[in-house]
Amino acid sequence: MSIIKTQDLTKIYVDHTVEVHALNGVTLDVAEREFTAVVGPSGSGKTTFLNIVGGLDNPSSGTVSIGDTDITDLKDNELIDFRLNNIGFVFQAYNLIPVLTAKENVEFIMLMQKKSKKERDSRVEELLVAVGLGDQMNKKPREMSGGQQQRVAVARALASKPKFVLADEPTANLDSKTAINLLEIMANLNKEEGITFIFSTHDQKVIDRARRIVTLEDGKIVSDVEQNV
Amino acid sequence: MYFKLAWRNIWRNKRRSLITIASILFAVFFAVMMRSIQLGLYSQMIDNVVGFYTGYVQIHSLGYWDEKTLDNSFEYDEGLIDDISKIDRITGVIPRLEGFALSSFGESTKGAMVVGVDPEKEKVMINFHEKIVDGAVFEPTDRSVLMGQGLADYYGLKAFDTLVLLGQGYHGVSAAGKYPVSGIVKFSSPMLNDNLIFLPLKEAQWFYGTDNRITSIVISTDDGNRASTLKASLAEKIDDNIYELMSWEEMMPELVQIIQADSGGGLIMLFILYMVITFGIFGTVLMMTAERTYEFGILLSIGMRRWKISIVLLIETLMMATIGVICGGILAMPLVFYFHNNPIELTGGAAEALLEFGFEAVIPPSTDPSIIITHALIILVITTLITIYPFFIISRLQAASAMRH
Ligand SMILES: Nc1ncnc2c1ncn2[C@@H]1O[C@H](COP(=O)(O)OP(=O)(O)OP(=O)(O)O)[C@@H](O)[C@H]1O
Ligand SMILES: [Mg+2]
Repeated sequence: MSIIKTQDLTKIYVDHTVEVHALNGVTLDVAEREFTAVVGPSGSGKTTFLNIVGGLDNPSSGTVSIGDTDITDLKDNELIDFRLNNIGFVFQAYNLIPVLTAKENVEFIMLMQKKSKKERDSRVEELLVAVGLGDQMNKKPREMSGGQQQRVAVARALASKPKFVLADEPTANLDSKTAINLLEIMANLNKEEGITFIFSTHDQKVIDRARRIVTLEDGKIVSDVEQNV
Repeated sequence: MYFKLAWRNIWRNKRRSLITIASILFAVFFAVMMRSIQLGLYSQMIDNVVGFYTGYVQIHSLGYWDEKTLDNSFEYDEGLIDDISKIDRITGVIPRLEGFALSSFGESTKGAMVVGVDPEKEKVMINFHEKIVDGAVFEPTDRSVLMGQGLADYYGLKAFDTLVLLGQGYHGVSAAGKYPVSGIVKFSSPMLNDNLIFLPLKEAQWFYGTDNRITSIVISTDDGNRASTLKASLAEKIDDNIYELMSWEEMMPELVQIIQADSGGGLIMLFILYMVITFGIFGTVLMMTAERTYEFGILLSIGMRRWKISIVLLIETLMMATIGVICGGILAMPLVFYFHNNPIELTGGAAEALLEFGFEAVIPPSTDPSIIITHALIILVITTLITIYPFFIISRLQAASAMRH
């Protein structure tokens, strides 16, 4: 069953009177439980695409449907709430609220969802253990390595029980060993918990672990292949 | 959670937050000290004159205040006095007969205000018994005088010396008398201390030849702040074709002017101070907002509504303001109370200026809690207004572009 459907997405940025066509008609279906990499050279439109799919930016034309919802139609507050309840985000770096501990960062999402203390406590613990940080729960972001911070970000992205997780270059700031480790955690969550991931990357080792690879070039999909891992 | 977040955010940049808090602390401290001293001075000025002599409201015969002569006196009316006494919050209704006379002792002569009073009724107002420094207070039926210490010093006279009074009485009759000084009273206000001579009311009426007439009824109240409501309830009881009612502000416009001018000067200084503080806090908030744009982008992305992000910021700035206000208050209050109980005695130019206007050169700062409450509220309102800026920024923030920085 498809959970994300984009139809003919275009995005034109106007940068000092110069028009930049960041996306040129991207139509893509993502099914539940996919583990998909969006790849392509720098400036090909990966971030733009993921931002629009995540409702962080508006397309110039085209639509994005998530489940039964056309998110390009939502009002500002509806869209914010939609993101809270349906989409998990992992960004390239500095994902976490610096003044909160790992545990509090994950819990924060569930607080906004008004989940009970009992539910929060058990799920936060479960998630941090799942990303291998069961013993680092009370550390602040600056007391953790980049890889650990990204793993907390993955745990946080899952805290709301979202329909899928968007990760824009989650490994870009990590060394390759840590990057592979993060990918393995994501792949496990995908396999065992059935969580849908879409992530962008430059890193060939990361691309190797994706089951579907969508390649963008100049804002267009130039290839869309599946591979066995 | 919002409080936890806000609290921790304050300490992200300790130095900046502490500077902000310190500037608020200073503003509150300075404002409270200055206003306490000013308002303390004013209420002392008012109390010394209004509370111990003039009263908050006076009743005269119509036209007396413009032309203060005994010819504008009126018949003492016991019924009227009883009637007025029944009004709420009135603590005393005091008849007086005020006139001028030349006083002389030995070789010296000086003009003085010679006032007929009822020493019993004056207990709530002048209260001679408390002010007496030499001799004793006369009885209502005595034929002797009490005089201000300043005037007594001028003559170098003591209790039991004899003073000669010479003046003009009712309808131009001549008034003359020779009186033993039964006592000397000390007033805080030099204006009163240097110019007043008192006679028992009956004796003054005899001296001035006014029979049973008086020039004023002085009204005392336990709530000086409500002199105008008091005046309104008095107006209902009094025939305004015969009598005039005057509040102390009307009787002493110079005092009101001095207070307003001085208070205005202080308020302008405070206004400038608050402007400086406002820009200081604004600078902090500006930097806080700029530094955290990326973080706001993250919060917005993961599903935090804009107003909630703004609330955290508001709590942050209000917390800093509150800490500053409380610390400022904690520093200022003991000083205010200390100086209230051990008043500052002015010397030099400032003291001379006050004495010249007829006031004491001693200032007991006001301990009125409304001073600190007012300035605390001013700071909190300023802080709240300043957070409109980040509210505006956050309301227009685009998650995607916030995170490109
Ligand atoms: N806010 C913007 N204003 C103007 N141009 C923009 C803006 N955002 C992106 N672009 C342009 O759109 C194009 C696509 O950018 P995008 O960031 O989506 O690429 P990307 O594939 O994520 O690149 P990278 O691999 O470097 O992250 C680029 O040419 C970029 O310069
Ligand atoms: Mg990118």
